[in-house]
Amino acid sequence: MHFVSRVRQRLDDTELQRNLQRTRGRNAAARLASLASLDDFDAVRERATEIRASVLRDLDVWLERFEAEATRRGATVLWARDGDEACRLVIDIARRHDVKTVVKAKSMVSEEAGLNAALEAAGIRPVETDLGEYILQINDNEPPSHIIMPVIHKSKEQVSELFARVHGTAAKTDIVELTREAREKLRPEFLGAEMGISGGNFLIAETGSVAIVTNEGNGRMCTTMPRVHVALTGIEKVIPTLDDLATLLRILPRSATGQAISNYVSLLTGPKHEGDADGPEHMYFVLVDGGRADLIGGDFEPMLRCIRCGACMNHCPVYQTIGGHSYGWVYPGPMGSVLTPLYQGLEKAKDLPQAATLCNQCGVVCPVSIPLPDLMRKLREKQVDAGLRPWSERLSMRLWAWVAQRPKLYARGVRFAVRYLRWLADGRDRIQAMGVAPGWTAERDFPAPAAQSFRDQYAARQRRAGR
Amino acid sequence: MSSARDDILGRLRQRIGREPAGAPAAHARVEQVIAASQAGPRPSYDGDLAARFIERAKALISTVDECAAPADVPARCAHWLIGQGLGRQVVVSPALAGLDWATSGLDVRIGAAGGDDPVGVTGCFRAIAETGTLMLCSGAQSPAVNSLLPQTHIAVVPREHIVADMEAAFAVARDAFERWPRALNFVSGPSRTADIEQTIVLGAHGPYRVHLLIVG
Repeated sequence: MHFVSRVRQRLDDTELQRNLQRTRGRNAAARLASLASLDDFDAVRERATEIRASVLRDLDVWLERFEAEATRRGATVLWARDGDEACRLVIDIARRHDVKTVVKAKSMVSEEAGLNAALEAAGIRPVETDLGEYILQINDNEPPSHIIMPVIHKSKEQVSELFARVHGTAAKTDIVELTREAREKLRPEFLGAEMGISGGNFLIAETGSVAIVTNEGNGRMCTTMPRVHVALTGIEKVIPTLDDLATLLRILPRSATGQAISNYVSLLTGPKHEGDADGPEHMYFVLVDGGRADLIGGDFEPMLRCIRCGACMNHCPVYQTIGGHSYGWVYPGPMGSVLTPLYQGLEKAKDLPQAATLCNQCGVVCPVSIPLPDLMRKLREKQVDAGLRPWSERLSMRLWAWVAQRPKLYARGVRFAVRYLRWLADGRDRIQAMGVAPGWTAERDFPAPAAQSFRDQYAARQRRAGR
Repeated sequence: MSSARDDILGRLRQRIGREPAGAPAAHARVEQVIAASQAGPRPSYDGDLAARFIERAKALISTVDECAAPADVPARCAHWLIGQGLGRQVVVSPALAGLDWATSGLDVRIGAAGGDDPVGVTGCFRAIAETGTLMLCSGAQSPAVNSLLPQTHIAVVPREHIVADMEAAFAVARDAFERWPRALNFVSGPSRTADIEQTIVLGAHGPYRVHLLIVG
């Protein structure tokens, strides 16, 4: 479906609009309140930005350092050029260890790769264990609409109806009861699954570890109970040291949900040791490129600093109005509007870089200072260069450029436009219905222009001053 | 066919513009960054770290109790559990096996928790004042499941183990471990979720309650 039709559908969906409205602005307020507990937020943000940027400058070497350290501590490091290759590697691991059921903690890279469908096709049963992701999976594999709050678009009534239908239980409307029902459904899965798949918030080169940040504890379950642990993540997630992890952990949960720290941060290094009471016998890393390497050294390298906090979408007026599903791929909001065209192809996401007001709220709140509006503007330039804009837009731009290069003609055009608009305004300072472009005034008034253009006023003033 | 690893690293080198001759210098730079690792900008605290830890832990909906000596731990645990109506059945991490559990009146098993154990009692490697967080290390003496599977987690926190921040805890860990543990878990209060209508519910998959017993 086309972007515009998707958006139209979402705007007309009163239930979705009510759900989006309920949480609108809440994370933004929580984020702001949480910054006070850092003495100097800007200094932490600057440091976090530099940590991420410095790794990208030497990413090949940092990855080799990470790989050597992880291997030395008993993990197996595998590499995947794209999502399909990542799926094949994960399926191979599952077969090697005779795995029937996989419990999954949240991993956006697995969404990129379409891992669940690939596992099912291979006869391996994936079970999502993040409450939000679980709700989506049992709802016929619905995609998430937010990177950290996947069911932000659903009401408790919708979840209640879904649970009653799928679990065959009495409908509950209490959120505590619903959460408990999911806990009881998932507990046996954690205890029985042979393999756990996690994402990775950070890979630490110093120790060859993966850091996983969750609130529910499902990340701990997936990486503690099954005998095989696979950490599936992007190649850009490396950071140098544990001190860097501490810095980034001050800024990630605050930016995401306004928490000073998430409930669980797990630093996982290699498989269990001999004599350990618990932990997996085998640990694998699957490091996925999926279009990331191509961004290094170019205009879009800053996008690879992203730590997936979701602050950009929590502050985006467009995201909060159209919801995450309108964006069409796994990453919504401003970061998605940049990543989707870069990873999926410019021509597959023509509208996304345009679906922004460039208000720069996202740029201001980004904890690693990604200039998101600049990147969207650059994508627009690339669209123009690739001839991907509609002919009407190209023609009008060319016409405008032709006129703008002829000052006398331009001045005459402006005078004509002023007269037309003032005629429409009919003595008021606002235009309520614009004949030639009704879309402009469908939801708002258009301000009437001054009687004289700036150029005419300036010329008159110069004449009065006798110059 | 070249491997995915060679392809990916090769593309990165090409994009970075790295000549083969430049690689040793880059490796040396990376090692230097790791060896010279330093804490970033962090909040500083005046006053008592333990007081700060307790205040932050309570804000995370942990409950806090204090006792004077390790010998008091079993009785304090029993007192709290019975007071809360949480029964007498507990599984205790081997690291705490040396305490006198026999006279506590609790039904104690030393070892690793299973899915049905109602209460897990653990020690803690360090506790972090900045956020009210426990730092737990997995190992033979300290099963990770004891702070994860039971509905109630009691952590015994020696007062001298409370440090300012994560950097300080990592500094201790770097010296303490010959081999890095499989899992270092930072636990900040009970398990929670806000996935449905962003309403916070405790006890998503892990414990419903975390009780901290500060010793000393």
